Amino acid sequence: MLVASQWKLMFWRFRRHKLAMICTVVVIFFYVVALFAEVIAPLDPNKVSNLYRYAPPQPISFQDKDGGFSLRPFVLGMKSSRDTNTLRITYVPDPTKRFPVNFFVKGEKYKFWGIWESDVHLMGLAPDAPANTPFFLLGTDRLGRDMFSRIVYGARISLSIGLVGVLLSLVFGILLGGVSGYYGGWLDAVIQRIIEFIRSLPTIPVWMALGAAMPPKWPPEYVYFGITIILSLLGWTGLARVVRGRFLALREEDFVLAARLTNCSESRIIFRHMVPSFASHIIASITLAVPGMIMSETSLSFLGLGLRSPVISWGVLLQEAQNIQTVALFPWLLIPGAAVILIVLAFSFVGDGLRDAADPYGR
Amino acid sequence: MLAYTLKRLLLSIPTLFVISLLSFVLIQLPPGDFLSTYAATLASMGEQVSGDTLVLLREAYGLDQPMYIQYLKWIGGIVLRGDFGLSLEWRQPVASLIWERMGLTIALTLSTLVFTWLLAIPIGIYSATNQYSLLDYVFTTIGFIGLGVPGFMLALVVMWVSFSYFGADVGGLFSDGYKNAPWSFGRVLDLLSHLWIPMAILGMEGSAGLIRTMRANVLDELHKPYVTAARARGLDETVLTYEYPVQVALNPFISTLGWALPGLVNGGTIISVTLSLPTAGPLLLRALQSQDMYLAGAFILLLGSLTIFGTLMSDLLLAWIDPRIRLDE
Amino acid sequence: MMTSTDAVRVGTTSAPRAMDTPVALDVNDLRTHFTMPGGTVRAVDGVSYRLHRGRTLGIVGESGCGKSVTAQSILGIVPRPGKVVSGSMMLTRGDGSTLELAGLDPKGKVIRSVRGNEIAYIFQEPMSALSPIHTIGHQITEVIRLHTGANRDQARERAETVMRQVGLPRPDEVLGRYPHQLSGGMRQRAVIGIALACNPSILIADEPTTALDVTTEAVILDLVRSLQDTTGMAIQFITHNLGVIAEIADEVVVMYMGRQVERASVTDLFLRPQHPYTQALLRSMPRLGKRAQARLEAIEGMVPDPFSVPVGCAFHTRCRHYVPVRCDQPEYVEVAPGHWVRCSRAGEVA
Repeated sequence: MLVASQWKLMFWRFRRHKLAMICTVVVIFFYVVALFAEVIAPLDPNKVSNLYRYAPPQPISFQDKDGGFSLRPFVLGMKSSRDTNTLRITYVPDPTKRFPVNFFVKGEKYKFWGIWESDVHLMGLAPDAPANTPFFLLGTDRLGRDMFSRIVYGARISLSIGLVGVLLSLVFGILLGGVSGYYGGWLDAVIQRIIEFIRSLPTIPVWMALGAAMPPKWPPEYVYFGITIILSLLGWTGLARVVRGRFLALREEDFVLAARLTNCSESRIIFRHMVPSFASHIIASITLAVPGMIMSETSLSFLGLGLRSPVISWGVLLQEAQNIQTVALFPWLLIPGAAVILIVLAFSFVGDGLRDAADPYGR
Repeated sequence: MLAYTLKRLLLSIPTLFVISLLSFVLIQLPPGDFLSTYAATLASMGEQVSGDTLVLLREAYGLDQPMYIQYLKWIGGIVLRGDFGLSLEWRQPVASLIWERMGLTIALTLSTLVFTWLLAIPIGIYSATNQYSLLDYVFTTIGFIGLGVPGFMLALVVMWVSFSYFGADVGGLFSDGYKNAPWSFGRVLDLLSHLWIPMAILGMEGSAGLIRTMRANVLDELHKPYVTAARARGLDETVLTYEYPVQVALNPFISTLGWALPGLVNGGTIISVTLSLPTAGPLLLRALQSQDMYLAGAFILLLGSLTIFGTLMSDLLLAWIDPRIRLDE
Repeated sequence: MMTSTDAVRVGTTSAPRAMDTPVALDVNDLRTHFTMPGGTVRAVDGVSYRLHRGRTLGIVGESGCGKSVTAQSILGIVPRPGKVVSGSMMLTRGDGSTLELAGLDPKGKVIRSVRGNEIAYIFQEPMSALSPIHTIGHQITEVIRLHTGANRDQARERAETVMRQVGLPRPDEVLGRYPHQLSGGMRQRAVIGIALACNPSILIADEPTTALDVTTEAVILDLVRSLQDTTGMAIQFITHNLGVIAEIADEVVVMYMGRQVERASVTDLFLRPQHPYTQALLRSMPRLGKRAQARLEAIEGMVPDPFSVPVGCAFHTRCRHYVPVRCDQPEYVEVAPGHWVRCSRAGEVA
């Protein structure tokens, strides 16, 4: 008789959730983009272009000159003109100029992960395009920096902060929740009071205060870790409750009693018998906690209390969209928000699917 | 019930104490004490503060004393005299700055709470009793979007759409004419005509989760044996849905009230900044940015107390409605 | 697997009575099926019996044999996706008129006026059959007012009478209590009280004593019996416990896989069981006078998957008397007056 392992069973159940499967692909896609940001971004995200400030997105088109389909993607050139009334520079597509888009082209030099030097980009204009030809798939910001490249680089920070934050919360959560659930007694009571207290706090104002307490002179890495610690400091309670709940339930289970009766050591009982039986729950809870972290970072950075320029995260990018007049004129500044929504939803659905799949008695 | 109320009230005192301690710590966190910041602020405005004055001020504020004395002075002033200290940036007592904003914050939070409940309870019941119907799917989808879209994004999009397509600025809570006017009937009406936009945005976030909870709770209850038993006694389906399962399902729902309030305060803070509402959020942000710590501390203390109060209310409400809790004591 | 801890004492409480009183409910060839993605489960597949005034019909069988669904079909409260597909259930009302219960709208007015009023239902688990957030008084007066149109005070008075009838001392105190404040026995008394509140002519008791301890069980059974003597109601008593059946029933129906395999007076069933399944059930019971060391016999094999009921005689996969071909189409035959068996070899096997 074939006995499927716990993980295999979980995977089988998970596979039946179509939406969760699709969202898994989306999540993986986002993380691949974040991992290979240097290659995928066509331009240097910090490169300022005075010629093209607030330039609108240039969509990739597959239509050839006569309106038919062409396999060769291209973008149109851009004409700039000054509005005589408002004196603002506006850009319009120039249908007479067509620049084919090539894949794996040589472009600006970069250091992949800060180690390997390269100049190959996933997409770019064909080498015969004249210098300074615009290639802004999602437009540019107030300094003429390429939004697409900035969003790609922003994914690296925003997505990793979610993971690191959740891992830190997990450490707190497993430690405190485990102690609370396994030993019980007054220790449990104290930890439960702390959790209740933190959960009744309005976290955003506290986060804001903690964020504001970070010295403005700190280098970006410090701020990054400062923010993750702040987020996980108040975010561990959810995971701790899950861990404690599982420990409490498992402590009463017969297989734990059986292990104890066969003279297993405490650590063996915990790590060989108890932890594997709720590891799947933990994974589901982690997945459900990541989107919250991403949203919190975005919110904090949006308010200007989280990450700061020159660090690029989606929240930092959205700071540019704080002024409604600007947004009304240049709506593409909101695109980083779409990325946030997409990844948050995708993560939530994956987490939902995992939670259902992790239930060994589920249908 | 009275004994339970008293017990619960007493239990919230230590929590409030911890909140005040936390607020105080947050005030003290930024490097340097507030007088050096104050002196620097004054200096930047061209006013010189002599060393003697600083020493005097330091004594007046008790900054030369140990931390716990400072804390006692701070909290003592608040509890006994309603004195929250001095705002450096505004050069005014904090108390004169916060109350109107806190009032509007509470108005926004509570009205949103009522709004989300009025929205979530019927929708949740409908979705549960009409499981897998078209509207159920529609509500579920809207709910998921509400869950995935951060409040400030929603606020931005609403502002952008109304600004670009209707030419209306939806920021703020008052029309220009009423912005600094004293309170009057007209001002209240004006407030109400503006309040619904942030309320709807904030409510979108909150009700998404509530609809899901309510739907799941009612679904749980609808299939319990006591409903079948009641059906076997001849009660009609309306009574079977509304009198029994909905009432039982409302209990866990009420207990979420306490947790909904922190969420609303959180969301409200960010949305207020985005929509520049005259509530606590924007002023708190500004106070934090300019290290106006007594002002920031007062807001954190009051917002924290607000959510503690919410948990307290939901516990009492739950005990009032569910006999099992009240009587198991 | 069915075993019982009770020894059988046929007729020790009171002698079984003949089914000679007027018919209260006539169930004929009832079929209730559950259509599911995995196939159709014929939970009740051709069941016929009659309930007589002042008499008790016992329905026995293993879990999942369809005995509860039979009872739920009568009141139209079969859980989804179950549906009564054919058969008739003729109710004789107090004024002598008859009412066909099959085909009534399960949410309609007619069936609702029958439920709890003319036919009352007692569930297995008294705790879960009561709303946790309403007092006993609320739940009983609600039913009384619904069916009799009594006002608040009249309903309250009636409720107190009924509570006293079911042996709850100080009814006004019990009526003000919530279910979780009562003991298991008191709760079941309260549930029975609610069931009796409107003087039903038929009481369906679905394993009402399974969740209770043995002492309480005996007390409740006595109570039910004495209530029947005073009210003259017909009782349909569902249980998997043959000991309970022996104590309370006058006539017994044995069900297996949704089918009725035997129907007989309680004496005939225990003394002259005809169907191999009934015989196996009886062998699996502990009995006074049996050698103490003798092992209890279990029925061989497993209950088949409800999605694929064996063709022909449903019991043939576990039957020690099975003969191929001959057992393919067992008829339901009357082997003795009032004794029906669905077995091709009835009379040959013992």
